[in-house]
Amino acid sequence: MNALSIEEVKRATEIDPGEWRGIWVFAEQRRGEIQSSTYELLGSARELAGKLDVPVTAILLGNEVKEPGSLLSAGADEVLFVKNAALDHFGVEPYSKAIADLIPERKPEIVLGAATFIGRSLLARIAIKVHAGLTADCTGLDVNTEKRLLLQTRPAFGGNIMATIICPEHRPQMATVRPKVMKPLQEPYNSKGSIHEISVDFLFNRVNFLEFVTDDTSQINIAEADIIVTGGRGLQDPKNFAIIEELAGLLGSAVGASRAAVDAGWINYSHQVGQTGRTVSPKLYIAVGVSGAIQHLVGMQSSDYIIAVNKDPNAPIFKVADIGIVGDLFEVVPKLIEEIKRRKGNNIP
Amino acid sequence: MRFVVCIKQVPDTTEVRVDPETNTLIREGVPAIVNPFDLYAVEEALILKEKFGGEVTAISMGPPQAEEALREVISMGVDRAILISDKRFAGADTWATSHTLAAAIRKIGEFDIILTGKQAADGDTAQVGPGIAEFLNIPQATFVRKVDELDMEKRTIRLQSMWEEGAEILELPLPCLITTVKELNEPRLPSLRGKLTAKKAEIPVWGFDDLDVEEAQVGLAGSPTQVIKVFPPSPRTEGELFADAEPAEAAKIIADKLTEKGLL
Repeated sequence: MNALSIEEVKRATEIDPGEWRGIWVFAEQRRGEIQSSTYELLGSARELAGKLDVPVTAILLGNEVKEPGSLLSAGADEVLFVKNAALDHFGVEPYSKAIADLIPERKPEIVLGAATFIGRSLLARIAIKVHAGLTADCTGLDVNTEKRLLLQTRPAFGGNIMATIICPEHRPQMATVRPKVMKPLQEPYNSKGSIHEISVDFLFNRVNFLEFVTDDTSQINIAEADIIVTGGRGLQDPKNFAIIEELAGLLGSAVGASRAAVDAGWINYSHQVGQTGRTVSPKLYIAVGVSGAIQHLVGMQSSDYIIAVNKDPNAPIFKVADIGIVGDLFEVVPKLIEEIKRRKGNNIP
Repeated sequence: MRFVVCIKQVPDTTEVRVDPETNTLIREGVPAIVNPFDLYAVEEALILKEKFGGEVTAISMGPPQAEEALREVISMGVDRAILISDKRFAGADTWATSHTLAAAIRKIGEFDIILTGKQAADGDTAQVGPGIAEFLNIPQATFVRKVDELDMEKRTIRLQSMWEEGAEILELPLPCLITTVKELNEPRLPSLRGKLTAKKAEIPVWGFDDLDVEEAQVGLAGSPTQVIKVFPPSPRTEGELFADAEPAEAAKIIADKLTEKGLL
């Protein structure tokens, strides 16, 4: 086994930050489809690139990828497409090797990835390989243009505190960014660049990917959803999740669940919002029968708009809700479903 | 089978508050606990050990009081524990932490599976597990929600690594590192006998001089990242609470908002 030697590590640290230029975005694809979080990152990268006056490069790894050109119109000045059959499905070893090999050669000052299951595992290994600083799950990015420092802001201690983190002496400055927080460009970017295919020879992968199992209950996954309707302990019984599902269906939204609902076995873990589950930031979050323990709040309080229905007027969920309805969910939600159906039917308010 | 579980002692984040005057964390009176995600790693190591035999070693990097966290996992059934503690290790970010823990694991010697929680509840980075795997140059599976099979003959492990929309089924050769999520198992409670064992257990402390590391690679000095500002999250703008709305009226209030947002 060849572990990284101290000498290799030391070499990596002797760098001159001034030589490093440009922003890279790791373009995440799954089954050949570029993920929406990538377009969000490109939107954010454009803004930073404007301040630093540098280009944005999208790093795409894969084999058959649909519409790689969309990366250019979403904000990239160029696309580096590392194309290889071994990169078709994500593998942390070949992916991290391919990217880590390009970094010292092309010297980007910033490397961003989405804080997805893939992004968090991948960038963590790249950061070690290239001896870079890496900040996880950022919710805010800015730059100090004078010192060319990336200002990375993220929640810590279960969301009780925000911290701004810099990486003064190492390059690149790496960060994963929470999906749904950054906004993609509204207008297509007039990119003058193109897609450069890069070939790689040998990619080592000790992990054998056998198959992918899709969770059947998660037609819309909560991390990607614009709207989430979440059910909690107040539903009292697993069969009552049907009203959450009906409401979610009408709104085209994902179904979330509180820890209490998951622990009771009413719905599976992939739906759990909160510290032990997923952190989400949808445009609209509707909490039904969720009391709002701190562990739940930290997982959803960065949502754009929050509506809560709970019969306890003192439920902590109301502290973060933009609209709080004190009432019996079994009365309010059926009325709401009725009202939504009526409005959709008439198409008038 | 030789299992190494990396655990961290963290403040109970549900009890952490920010001092509005100084913008610092109020740590006083906040109980220290074993990072909840690490308990799934401990439990899985114990399950595998019970099935296949072997030894479970827990390590933790932290201040001297992190020894309590190690005693707690001994009381669950962990065979031995080592505390990695030195003033020079303090202030480490994920790079320096992974580097130090990897050096400690190298000193332990042979291992088959390293287990860590998916992330620590205080830092929430999920970077140290993959960092250790990279330093040790071994394969990893992150966010593992199910272990399907451990094949002792082929020396492989088949498991499910969680993604947003499902899970990958992967087969990894040993030695490897896995990080664990809640769905994996239900951590056991300490037994009375375990508590007695834990009370008497000798926990060696490995410091800077015990590990093959350099001063510039550990602790604050070895950390590429620096925290420059800490502040409380901006409170959400005050919402409207409708305490006495009739159900039909409440439904209308919500529907109006959905219409206003262009969702209906």
